[in-house]
Amino acid sequence: MAKVTIDGIEIEVPDGTTILQAARMIGGDIVPPAMCYYSKLKTSGGYCRTCLVKVSKGSEKDPRPMPKPVASCRTTVMDGMEVLNITSPEVLEARAGVVEMLLLNHPLDCPVCDQAGECHLQDLAYEHGKAETRYEFPRREFEKIDIGDKVQLHMTRCIMCFRCVKVADQITDGRVHGVINRGDAAEISTYIEKAIDNDFSGNVIDVCPVGALTDKTFRFKSRVWYTKPVDAHRDCPTCSGNVRLWYKGEDVARVTARKDTYGEAEEWICNSCRFDHKKTSDWVIEGPTKVDRHSVISANHYENLRMLKASIDRQRESLPHGDKVNLGTGALDPNNEEK
Amino acid sequence: MGKKILLANDHIEGIRFLDTYRKHGGYASLEKALKSMTPEQIVEEVKTSGLRGRGGAGFPTGMKWSFLAKPEGVPRYVVCNADESEPGTFKDRYLMERIPHLLIEGMILSSYALGAKTSYIYIRGEYFYVARILEQAIDEAYAAGLLGKNILNSGFDLDLYVQIGAGAYICGEETALLESLEGKRGNPRIKPPFPAIAGLYGCPTVVNNVETIAAVVPIVNEGGAAYAAIGVGNSKGTKLISASGHINKPGVYEIELGVPVEEFIYSDEYCGGIRNGKKLKAVVAGGSSVPILPTELILNTAAGEPRLMSYESLGDGGFATGTMLGSGGFIVMDEDTSIVKNLYTFARFYHHESCGQCSPCREGTGWMEKILHKILHGHGTLADVDLLWDIQSKIEGKTICPLGEAAAWPVAAAIRHFRKEFEDFIRNGEHVNDVKHYYRLNNLTALIN
Repeated sequence: MAKVTIDGIEIEVPDGTTILQAARMIGGDIVPPAMCYYSKLKTSGGYCRTCLVKVSKGSEKDPRPMPKPVASCRTTVMDGMEVLNITSPEVLEARAGVVEMLLLNHPLDCPVCDQAGECHLQDLAYEHGKAETRYEFPRREFEKIDIGDKVQLHMTRCIMCFRCVKVADQITDGRVHGVINRGDAAEISTYIEKAIDNDFSGNVIDVCPVGALTDKTFRFKSRVWYTKPVDAHRDCPTCSGNVRLWYKGEDVARVTARKDTYGEAEEWICNSCRFDHKKTSDWVIEGPTKVDRHSVISANHYENLRMLKASIDRQRESLPHGDKVNLGTGALDPNNEEK
Repeated sequence: MGKKILLANDHIEGIRFLDTYRKHGGYASLEKALKSMTPEQIVEEVKTSGLRGRGGAGFPTGMKWSFLAKPEGVPRYVVCNADESEPGTFKDRYLMERIPHLLIEGMILSSYALGAKTSYIYIRGEYFYVARILEQAIDEAYAAGLLGKNILNSGFDLDLYVQIGAGAYICGEETALLESLEGKRGNPRIKPPFPAIAGLYGCPTVVNNVETIAAVVPIVNEGGAAYAAIGVGNSKGTKLISASGHINKPGVYEIELGVPVEEFIYSDEYCGGIRNGKKLKAVVAGGSSVPILPTELILNTAAGEPRLMSYESLGDGGFATGTMLGSGGFIVMDEDTSIVKNLYTFARFYHHESCGQCSPCREGTGWMEKILHKILHGHGTLADVDLLWDIQSKIEGKTICPLGEAAAWPVAAAIRHFRKEFEDFIRNGEHVNDVKHYYRLNNLTALIN
């Protein structure tokens, strides 16, 4: 067991745990964001650099701090390690820099993107990014590519997290999916657009943190926030059959794997469950699910507006001349639709 | 005359071939080592010699060797990094094409010292003809019983292979090199584990530069103490310097570490002064990724001491006023050089060579190149200089491998030392000292009357 302190919170974790996993055991605000790390995929992580943290004390034996920020998802804890995440301005600055880099070539086409509302990049940009870009050059663009008849790849939105490559490597047979080219010309590709044809290929959609890989049976059917998640299962000969159904009205709009707090699939599901069973009668319904973290909408971040109003109120009260600035009552209240 | 160790015999005709090489004392080190030394003794000699990695980072070689894990029943590998791709560096090529057997002898010695039965020389794709030279030399060595089974009847076996890369700068990073050697995409690995624990095929591996491995030969032959007697401070022995740019005598020079920079640039033994009697403007002392320094800082340190060609002296003052010895790619620029243009060339290179794994480098290198391109074409604004500074600070130290730093440092140093030139360029366009020279450079000879 190793004792590690993250942002002043101490926890004891088994040896070999990474800093990110230890932070997730603590939970809350101190968990570094992760765009490429996926606990179910071996060797994932280390690429996106959003989970950078500062190690201010290496271990009990060797208390020297680490010279550079480290990727918390790939750095294992040592006994006595002290880690700074949100308490270090340096880390927050570095993270804001990484977010800016990730958004550099991202089209920001959220209004027409199916992933909007459950997009990790959206959340990340909301939490750590800046309101405007300093990038003034054309962004990279790609043609859309069909990977099989059910999955579409739109490289323009890709942030190169390599998760889908790891899925293709680790849970599906016969790798035909990888990375070609180099640097910022690198792209995810099936070898000469060869279709991925196996029972679990649909999982690449679930691991994609952005809208680069989408479900063709669901594209443009509905914004995700108009659908209601329900856990369900069926007796499936290929996979566990434990899925999440997304209802639009009475219809099952799409089927996905069940995802945990950090947006990771709990179990991989097969293509048959995902694409071919879209009737309520196919499933045993377990009950509604709460999507608690990875969605700007479901987490109701717009409540921040209320906090903003409270803060303005406070400032207004502290003005020497009293109530000088009048915004009008309810101007910032999201529930106030009349005014 | 400085003492030459590696290149003492490079002028001899036919030194490429085994007969001539042996006639001039070649493979004497190997015979000595195999007959009278244990592997541990060789590692000790290398430690005593104070030899530091010649590829750029300058990590003590003996220490690197002693970190090598030695689990039972697991093979170990020695890999020679001949993927010499740093712009301004060409010393390894010279060494390999002139005296290939020196490298091979060094490889056999290193493999013996570290207990490797199979070793590789990973050479960059553009050095195709050098790979042919090495392969010829290896064939000669096999035929003479210097490689293969039971080398010189000592009971030591070694197979040595040359592997040609496909010409990627990133494959000079040791873990990317190992990935490439395994036949995969040349992406750097995330460390730890370091190659000394899990390297090639997951086995303990030592990766060393060509010059480092070649230097093992004289160290074994004359003893580590004799090697350590050369040089200054913690910079022991000799170093090959690839001198290029606006100098009278570009080429590869072997120097004793500690030669003053001023002497190196102006003496006839080395660079022979600046071409066409021009003035010195700036020097990139150790390959394109190390910080550029203006004349006053390259000849003397900030404290006013004369700067020496050594790891410590060039590093004096940190990056605020110093630089690094790096790989020894010594690029000299005269007064007509545009730092803005030069920086654009470097930035374009790093953008092209970024592997695309981690986001700050993949996106940031391209962004810096585009901004510099914009400045170069007269559309820059003063805010762009600050933006460049900010971008490089967001890349440095945030990436998986040192390519991020390699891309960020030149930008940082150029702005740190030549900010005014960038601002002048943005306000007034390029400043030209010598118009005729400028016309010649830009193929505008018709304008010279």
